[in-house]
Amino acid sequence: MKTHELIVVGGGPAGLAAALGAKEAGVDDILILERDERLGGILNQCIHNGFGLHTFKEELTGPEYAERYIRKVEELGVPYQLHTIVADISPDRKVTYVNSEEGAVTVQAGAVILAMGCRERPRGALGLPGFRPAGVYTAGTAQRLMNMENHAVGKKVVILGSGDIGLIMARRMTLEGAKVEVVAELMPYSGGLKRNIVQCLNDYGIPLKLSHTVTAIHGRERVTGVTISKVDENRKPIPGTEETYECDTLLLSCGLLPENELSKSAGVKLSRVTGGPEVNDKLETSVPGVFTCGNVLHVHDLVDYVSEEARRAGQNAAQFLRSPKTEATREIPLFCEGGVRYTVPQTIDPVHMADAVTVRFRVGDVFRDKSLVLYFDDHEIRRVKKNVMAPGEMEQLILAKKTFADHPDLSRITIRVED
Amino acid sequence: METRELTCIRCPIGCSLKVTVDGENVTVLGNHCPRGMEYGKKEVTAPTRTVTSSVRVTGGVLPLASVKTVPEIPKEKIFDVMRAIRSFTAAAPVRTGEKLIENIAGTGSDLVATRTVEQK
Ligand SMILES: Cc1cc2nc3c(=O)[nH]c(=O)nc-3n(C[C@H](O)[C@H](O)[C@H](O)COP(=O)(O)OP(=O)(O)OC[C@H]3O[C@@H](n4cnc5c(N)ncnc54)[C@H](O)[C@@H]3O)c2cc1C
Ligand code: SF4
Repeated sequence: MKTHELIVVGGGPAGLAAALGAKEAGVDDILILERDERLGGILNQCIHNGFGLHTFKEELTGPEYAERYIRKVEELGVPYQLHTIVADISPDRKVTYVNSEEGAVTVQAGAVILAMGCRERPRGALGLPGFRPAGVYTAGTAQRLMNMENHAVGKKVVILGSGDIGLIMARRMTLEGAKVEVVAELMPYSGGLKRNIVQCLNDYGIPLKLSHTVTAIHGRERVTGVTISKVDENRKPIPGTEETYECDTLLLSCGLLPENELSKSAGVKLSRVTGGPEVNDKLETSVPGVFTCGNVLHVHDLVDYVSEEARRAGQNAAQFLRSPKTEATREIPLFCEGGVRYTVPQTIDPVHMADAVTVRFRVGDVFRDKSLVLYFDDHEIRRVKKNVMAPGEMEQLILAKKTFADHPDLSRITIRVED
Repeated sequence: METRELTCIRCPIGCSLKVTVDGENVTVLGNHCPRGMEYGKKEVTAPTRTVTSSVRVTGGVLPLASVKTVPEIPKEKIFDVMRAIRSFTAAAPVRTGEKLIENIAGTGSDLVATRTVEQK
């Protein structure tokens, strides 16, 4: 059986930065496996600007951001294989991939980095009533059709869901001459970034109706209209509030799901909240030597954070390859309370941790004028005032190793939203 | 004196800005970096935007090349710029950073390719 020190699954921004991180840390035998015909992942279709401000101090489009990493991967000669889909990973890190030249091949990896990204919640999962006429797309599919394949998508559009892809597509379709009638959002707040509400909807006078959902799709062959209704606090449509819009296209932008079929086959434990693997402060999953980063770990809104996280995953994989951890370690669990939905990582090893560990998380509701409070057991360690927190925007706290030294008997870390 | 509440769109952090216009004086509060100051001032005087789109490409490995306007164009010119983009076709190869249209729609800005499309 062929062997590689490190196999990176997925050649999106996470996979590329992870491979570069490992390469910089001295790993030479790396292979990136990508099922698409090019590297760069979802960034290839995100032609809008807003990427890379933190990393490059300039505002890049998705393809430009990707190209910088792809160029580096080529310069450093990190090997990658396109048109190659990883079909299985075993708990002892045997990776089986398939492509048309070699067929199915199994290789033994010293370490694996999972960087498969996420996919859109499909229409079926939304349980929408009515026929299945043409003209219903997920927003990301429409984005790929328009931006990569030069397919026209529609002229009169209703969008369900105010996630970033839906907002970006509302502007994109308006610029291309379509009329976006309305964006309907089930929740009482938008799932997207505020800046996208401003520059994608407000700039073009596109109405956003919060607490609304699609209750009927009209048309048999092709969509001819969509009915939306107001919902009550239990998200149930309120009879008598129906409004019907004539349209030929319905876009669904109802959230992203980390793509973890492979993680399951490797025996990796998944979080019920994020849908991604549970990880320790090294971004290592429950299976030793299997690391993860990017949208497969948890959905990010900022590619800069993806790249930074992925680079650390690569460095940590390199560290693992140099000296696989043998002795049992102490893993301190992180708990979320009072509106914090999850944290990544889920545990921290106070002995082997880096000098600083970034903990990222999301809140489950919109909070105004509250504080984020960090506890080590019952001791308040830090209190950060927040004007606004929203589920659409990721939060972070940085934990220093030296704080842990003052709390040798620490048994739990808690992050909470408080008044 | 007039105060407007804006969201800075210069980066995904989206700071909430309070912009006060008092005759010639514009003050910006709530920005976490200098770009927000600049944005707040511009937004109440002469708002600008980056337009991103794609142009058709002939003879390339992809049918489209993505593009952006550099520097930003006046907000009210967005649809003029889009018309110019739609009536333009590039011939492969197209390189990232290449100027495809100079002074697009009389804005003084250029249309620049944001992806490389090799020849077929
Ligand atoms: C519409 C949209 C708009 C966005 N806008 C912004 C923005 O304005 N600013 C910003 O900073 N960020 C933005 N983001 C976020 C950013 O683009 C993502 O967070 C980032 O692309 C995630 O990177 P990734 O590598 O984890 O995933 P992806 O980019 O999805 O890459 C995953 C890769 O893995 C490959 N893969 C999956 N499974 C397999 C397998 N079994 N075998 C082989 N390969 C596989 C896929 O083909 C893909 O190439 C946006 C994202 C989207 C979707
Ligand atoms: S003020 Fe600075 S940090 Fe805040 S949104 Fe604007 S560019 Fe981003």
